[in-house]
Amino acid sequence: MMPLALRIAVTHILARKRQTLVSLSGIVLGTAFFIAVSALMRGSEQDFIRRLIDNSAHITVSDDFRSAGLQPAAERWPEAVVAIRGVKPQREVRGIRNYREKLRYVESLPDLRVAPVLTGSVVLTFAGRVQGMTLSGVIPATIADVTTIEEKIVAGSLDALAANPNGIVVGQGLIGKFRLAMGRNLAVATSEGAVRTLKIVGIFRTGNAAYDETQGYVLLKRAQTLLDRPNRVNRFIIQLDDPYRAREVARQIEQRIGYKSVSWIEASEDIMSLLLVRNIIMYTVVIAILLVAAFGIYNTISTIVMEKTRDIAILKSMGFHARDIRNIFVAEGVIVGLCGSLGGALAGLGLMHVLGRISIRVPDMPGDLTHLPLDRSLDQFMLAFAFAMIATIVASFLPARKGARVHPVTILRGAT
Amino acid sequence: MSAVLVAENLRRTLPGVVPVTLIDDASLVIDRGEFVAIMGPSGSGKSSLLYLLGLLDVPTSGRIELDGEDTTAFDENRLADVRLRKLGFVFQFHFLLAEFTVLDNMLLPMLRLGRLDPQAAAERAHGLLALLGMDGHSHKRPGQLSGGQRQRVAIARALANDPLVILADEPTGNLDSHSAANVQKILRTLVDEHGKTVITVTHDAAFAGRADRLIGIVDGRIDPHWVPPTLAPVGIQATPKSQ
Repeated sequence: MMPLALRIAVTHILARKRQTLVSLSGIVLGTAFFIAVSALMRGSEQDFIRRLIDNSAHITVSDDFRSAGLQPAAERWPEAVVAIRGVKPQREVRGIRNYREKLRYVESLPDLRVAPVLTGSVVLTFAGRVQGMTLSGVIPATIADVTTIEEKIVAGSLDALAANPNGIVVGQGLIGKFRLAMGRNLAVATSEGAVRTLKIVGIFRTGNAAYDETQGYVLLKRAQTLLDRPNRVNRFIIQLDDPYRAREVARQIEQRIGYKSVSWIEASEDIMSLLLVRNIIMYTVVIAILLVAAFGIYNTISTIVMEKTRDIAILKSMGFHARDIRNIFVAEGVIVGLCGSLGGALAGLGLMHVLGRISIRVPDMPGDLTHLPLDRSLDQFMLAFAFAMIATIVASFLPARKGARVHPVTILRGAT
Repeated sequence: MSAVLVAENLRRTLPGVVPVTLIDDASLVIDRGEFVAIMGPSGSGKSSLLYLLGLLDVPTSGRIELDGEDTTAFDENRLADVRLRKLGFVFQFHFLLAEFTVLDNMLLPMLRLGRLDPQAAAERAHGLLALLGMDGHSHKRPGQLSGGQRQRVAIARALANDPLVILADEPTGNLDSHSAANVQKILRTLVDEHGKTVITVTHDAAFAGRADRLIGIVDGRIDPHWVPPTLAPVGIQATPKSQ
């Protein structure tokens, strides 16, 4: 049998169907919007981060150092005041020194894939037109493991670079701009004055116009020759099985090999903080919706308490404790909150279903339909449920406490 | 007969800029199975005394002993427990819970006490309603009953937990003469046939005439010499029993 407080609470609620329905609607709508907005925001955030993670290296080891190294004299006499004038720095080929050994170390680490890359700027000439380009020298087998470039190939292949050492893979933007085609030759010139004719063996399309116009891939050996950096690479691109370990692994690599290792998290700190701000705004808005709904419950329970002061007085005169009275009205809030949260969860699911069916056509990308990214994880349902329940319990507790404090004699004296 | 309720030097003062004394130095003893009427002019403190004796209000000073238990140091919850087990209340207004049926109203104090399981409590409720001539009305809501019927249900509810003492605050004040006579008869029967102790506040001299004893109260003080004019011919004296 139902506990007595619950039984009284249910009777009170059923006696005020319209008022209860209004309060219930507030909680249902609040919870539903909480879930739908949260699903949308978190979905878009996850989609954004996934794109960020997929399209950029989880860790990039570059041929830079976080802080400039000490001069030999300062290293030799660390306590001394050293002043050397007219120092002529040693000229050295840029890049990661002894990269094969360092690459072996990185490859020995678990749950990651690494590709060495030599990147440099070149100038492209074709039919009298000139275009700057970032040329990446890669090993096709390893670069396919750490980037999505292979998936973006729309003609030819990356592997064709291995078969043709003078091959180049360029973006569709460049193909369109220079009216090029597969198999055509391009003249590539470096700042050192070297010029080489390369044959287009592959075309990619990432959807990023700037990238598609200004990036090109050649064989690593070809890039080393062209850029005059024999046996050097200037980047390791590392992909992890768990991208969220990037910061920790980057720190480990940097400590070991000395070169600057930047995780995607560090590189995107500004974006991540932007997402955080966006989340704070989003949760503030949806919590405000729930708070407004909670005021509806507060209002309902307050009204019931006010209407029921005589009942409270008689119950107390019979021998009900103050906590029994409080439990009755809190139970009323909990019932409304529980029904509202469950109804809100269902309505939220419905809203998510509707939002999930909305498709967006991306301009200039015929055939590509994008759906709103939604996060359907259970934890946001739990979060919405918890917030709704906390709000309703607090909203009902305040008037319930007031009701519990009713002094029966005060009411009985004035009653007629 | 043994005393069921003993009050000694009760004083109840409402605090304020000008404190108001509701009850001043009231002492009385009420025996088991006694029917006591409290009378006095309006505002004399009759209801205040009843609320103190019913442990609904707490005296500013003095002590109350119920069934041999000194309640002076009891907190709010213990006083509520004593009310639940040993006292039953009937008020001028019936105070039945409007959304509940007659049966549910009866069950509330019984289920709160938890002495009986729900089925046994329902059986007892039906028995009490029958005793008061209200069988057949258990499924009705208070709004479907007449004033006299509601008051009879209120009396049945007051009897729900088989209390030692029934305290009634002008229980016939809102009733027509027929219903009032009926309620008076019921209260008298409870004393005579069921051994209950009844303490009632009333303005009705005829009702007070049915009581075993009359306690007169004037300006918050028990007045042993106060006799309402209409009762003088029948010779009932307004005297509290000394301990």
